Amino acid sequence: MKYEVVMGLETHAELDTESKLFCGCSTKFGSEPNTQTCPVCLGLPGVLPVMNKKAFEHSLKAALTLNCEISKFTNFDRKSYYYPDLPKNYQTSQNYFNIGNNGYVDIVVKGKEKRIDIHNVHLEEEAGKLIHPETSGANYSLVDFNRAGVPLLEIVTQPDMRNVEEVESYMQALRNILLYIGVSDCKMQEGSLRFEVSISLREKGSNVLGNRVEIKNLNSMKAVLKVLAYEMSRQSSLLDKGENVLMETRLWDDVDSVSRRMRSKEEAHDYRYFPEPDLVPIWIDQEWINEIRATIPELPVDKHQRFVNEYSISDYDAGILTEDKHLADYFEECVGLSQDSPKELSNWIINDVLRELNERKTNVQDFIVSPKMLVELVKIKPTIGSSIAKDVFGEMINTGRTAPSIVKEKNLTQIDDVSELNDIVTKVIEDNPKAAEDYGQGKKSALTFLIGQTMKITRGKANPKILTKILMERLSAGSK
Amino acid sequence: MLSHELSANQIKEKIIKREITAQEIVEELFEWINLKEPLIKAYLCLDKEGALLKAKEVDKKLDNGEKVGLLAGVPVALKDNICTVGIKTTCASKILENFIPPYDAFVVKRIKEEDAIIIGKANLDEFAMGSSNENSAFHITRNPWNTDCIPGGSGGGPAAAVTADMAFMALGSDTGGSVRQPSAFCGNVGCKPTYGRVSRYGLVAFASSLDQIGSVTKDVYDAALLLQVVSGHDGFDSTSATVGVPDYLSDINNVDGNLRIGVPKEFFGEGLNSEVGSAVMNALEIYKRNGAELVDLSLPHCGYAVATYYIIATAEASSNLARYDGVRYGHRSQLSEDNIIDMYSRVRAEGFGSEVKRRILFGNYVLSAGFYEAYYLKASKVRNLIKNDFEDAFKKVDCIISPTCPTPAFRIGEKITDPLQMYLSDIYTIPANLVGIPGISIPCGFTNTGLPIGMQILGKHFDEGKILKVAKLFENETDFHLKKPNLIEPEPKKGIDI
Amino acid sequence: MDISVKEIEHIANLSRITLTVDEKKTFAKQLTNILDYIEKLNELDTDEVQPMAYATSLKNVFREDKLKSSFSRQEILELSPSSTNGFFKVPKVIE
Ligand SMILES: [Mg+2]
Ligand SMILES: [Zn+2]
Repeated sequence: MKYEVVMGLETHAELDTESKLFCGCSTKFGSEPNTQTCPVCLGLPGVLPVMNKKAFEHSLKAALTLNCEISKFTNFDRKSYYYPDLPKNYQTSQNYFNIGNNGYVDIVVKGKEKRIDIHNVHLEEEAGKLIHPETSGANYSLVDFNRAGVPLLEIVTQPDMRNVEEVESYMQALRNILLYIGVSDCKMQEGSLRFEVSISLREKGSNVLGNRVEIKNLNSMKAVLKVLAYEMSRQSSLLDKGENVLMETRLWDDVDSVSRRMRSKEEAHDYRYFPEPDLVPIWIDQEWINEIRATIPELPVDKHQRFVNEYSISDYDAGILTEDKHLADYFEECVGLSQDSPKELSNWIINDVLRELNERKTNVQDFIVSPKMLVELVKIKPTIGSSIAKDVFGEMINTGRTAPSIVKEKNLTQIDDVSELNDIVTKVIEDNPKAAEDYGQGKKSALTFLIGQTMKITRGKANPKILTKILMERLSAGSK
Repeated sequence: MLSHELSANQIKEKIIKREITAQEIVEELFEWINLKEPLIKAYLCLDKEGALLKAKEVDKKLDNGEKVGLLAGVPVALKDNICTVGIKTTCASKILENFIPPYDAFVVKRIKEEDAIIIGKANLDEFAMGSSNENSAFHITRNPWNTDCIPGGSGGGPAAAVTADMAFMALGSDTGGSVRQPSAFCGNVGCKPTYGRVSRYGLVAFASSLDQIGSVTKDVYDAALLLQVVSGHDGFDSTSATVGVPDYLSDINNVDGNLRIGVPKEFFGEGLNSEVGSAVMNALEIYKRNGAELVDLSLPHCGYAVATYYIIATAEASSNLARYDGVRYGHRSQLSEDNIIDMYSRVRAEGFGSEVKRRILFGNYVLSAGFYEAYYLKASKVRNLIKNDFEDAFKKVDCIISPTCPTPAFRIGEKITDPLQMYLSDIYTIPANLVGIPGISIPCGFTNTGLPIGMQILGKHFDEGKILKVAKLFENETDFHLKKPNLIEPEPKKGIDI
Repeated sequence: MDISVKEIEHIANLSRITLTVDEKKTFAKQLTNILDYIEKLNELDTDEVQPMAYATSLKNVFREDKLKSSFSRQEILELSPSSTNGFFKVPKVIE
């Protein structure tokens, strides 16, 4: 392509609080319509907002984590526009003094580091939800205000991204950070994390930005990537034909995989921002910043490096383990219980635990096998052998029981006792003289056969190492 | 003297002493209201049933020897922009014609807790926007001293009700003078406390950084009494002050130290009616005779207060009134609704009166793209200059005295076609709202035609106690506050169009 | 500065208020008058002056993140001119 693509992202993340930003209504997802509303979040006459401290501190924490300069003075502004999901017909947001400015997120794309600059981080209130009935001929829309007033963090990047890989990597890194610091559950299927992208094209080498198109309310990373691919081809073909790209807001239609011009936003934006007089300003001092900074946990990048150094696991494995904070926590909890086998625990988690989580579509937090249970299994493994250990793991998932209890009940402990194994081997050789003879004549496969026979008798419990050793000694002795 | 002519504190004493029951008071008051309300039209809604119910409750408490509140059995009127559970709160607007709030305003809760009896909701200019009461969507309230005149605004209803003895006291709101100006025009005591002293929760917002709930009473003691009840911190209003509430009542008659009164030249200049000017000058002489020192002052930026106010007030109003869209409550257009933008625009065209529309339009204009800095930001800066003027002044004086308004009450219809002239009638009251300081208007004389004249006393932030004492000192020396209008139906005149 | 009828139409649209032809003319005239009056603020040099957006010196006012019970949905929907099945109902909104 002869064009350079310039992309920026606005991310909206609903903050994880019990109550809404300005009132005591619940933020719980999925309740019956309008059951989580009150005079404040419905914008009834005479009511006033009072700021939720946790929501503000979550925002401050996010701004700090995203390396922002923290404003000593912040306040809130009213952003005016009419829309039926906006109860007061203005949104309380920030415009003139955001909580955080000039931050950045470092991402890695194809092994190369890149810094994405964050323009600002600010706190605002969520809107309600509009429902357009499917019934044909329905000439009305319905409004549910349960989401109205949920605290919403907006994170705005500079137009720093030049290809979709960077956008994807940024989205993942940002989501990971927000999850890591615990300010948002980032559940995209519930709308907790949403993206808006801006994209413009320009001739390679040009310094002038092309006309920018904004695409609103994208509920998945996949949709972001699809819409960007679509817009790149739409805009470049317009430019190829010598036509203009219109500066406009578009909506992504996931069904037809096209972007469409938003009809309702045709008029020029004029948000008439001014300071919200019903709230007072917030001054942030160094002490408060230190307090919040102390609550920021180790971030994915740092954790990754530490896992490699501290537990001697591979870079690749550390990457997988730290991609999800809960998975990393799971791993560290395991390691805390049994310091001697980080490598093996990491293998179990990456191979077996993750496979089961994927199959069961569940989170590691909800996984039936707790770190303690996994450690017990790994500890007992030498006494039952690898293959039985896998069976026991399956049994643990199905029943929720611990490895020792399964092993005990099914009597799965390996037979390590040399004399006991010697007796069994004697019997096996007696019963299979032909095989013993074949081995003596150099037919090595006879050994495998005899091991199999022994395992059959012991129902797989014979310690394979000891058994092999005994059998080889006995057979070589017998052939002399 | 008839019971309804007593002050709130006097009637409370009688009730507590069991000289009269609360029920008797309510019955007598409503008889008087039935007689005089057709002439004055102070109320938008009366609640006799609710009032009697509360009166019985108070009487029962007293029968049982239980403790009663500070306002035991006192009938109170509320300006109809203060939310009341189960009683319509219309803001004198068609857009809220049938709105019944499911909640009480903070001040309503407070007065209920202190055993006051709410008798009804008093008239106002629509959404408290106006200086004459002519902007009520329902009817015009008359000035009890001369029913051809306006009672003042926006709280003309509360002021007229108290003056006509149709309420013992009232709560109103003061954004640019809406408690003080009608109190001056009707001969009451009107007190606007410091911004934040009284919670705004449940007061329907006009301009949030200027609005403050205030009292309309028959004398200064009642003002202190009502302020005592409604002041204090409220967790549901972020701007509610955390400063402790002093005892306003116990030594209200003792002005401490040598009183220094500031007399700002900007409040006695061009445009001041001569009768009003001399009444205030006479009042200052009384203070001087009582040992006060008069200090000549200048508040150089006060001449810009009205201009500043109209930018800030309309900007805030344009957004505060955006919520009236017919979706969640309020008026909805009966016309066909095929599209949401049309629905909004029709609901608001039908629901708002012309003054409200004018202010919404102007507020949106000054905030719209390209104008923010020239108007809103400029005004916010001038507001700071005005604040500095007062801070400097209060380094030299304890309080500032001025006329409350440049003229006495004007005639109905006189200024209605010239909004700017109407706005200028608030020229002396507006600075206190911009700065957030307390102010009180008390009666200080009458014109030759028998209209009351109000004097304004302004104090430092949270210095309500001081200005109440200064007001009380004057009241103790004079009897203007005891004069009653002669409420006789005038001869019907031709040519007065209402 | 004059406010034209065209500007009045623009602000009326921002304000979501339908105006009659007469109203537009009257408001254009009245707002022009008020604007002329307000121009007097330009007599003042405010370059070095901080804006005063708040009438209070309070800062950092918060509430704890706690749930508070509200009214029932029925009580809330009863205030509305139009509702159905637990929702507020409005004319069709096209995005
Ligand atoms: Mg936003
Ligand atoms: Zn709520």
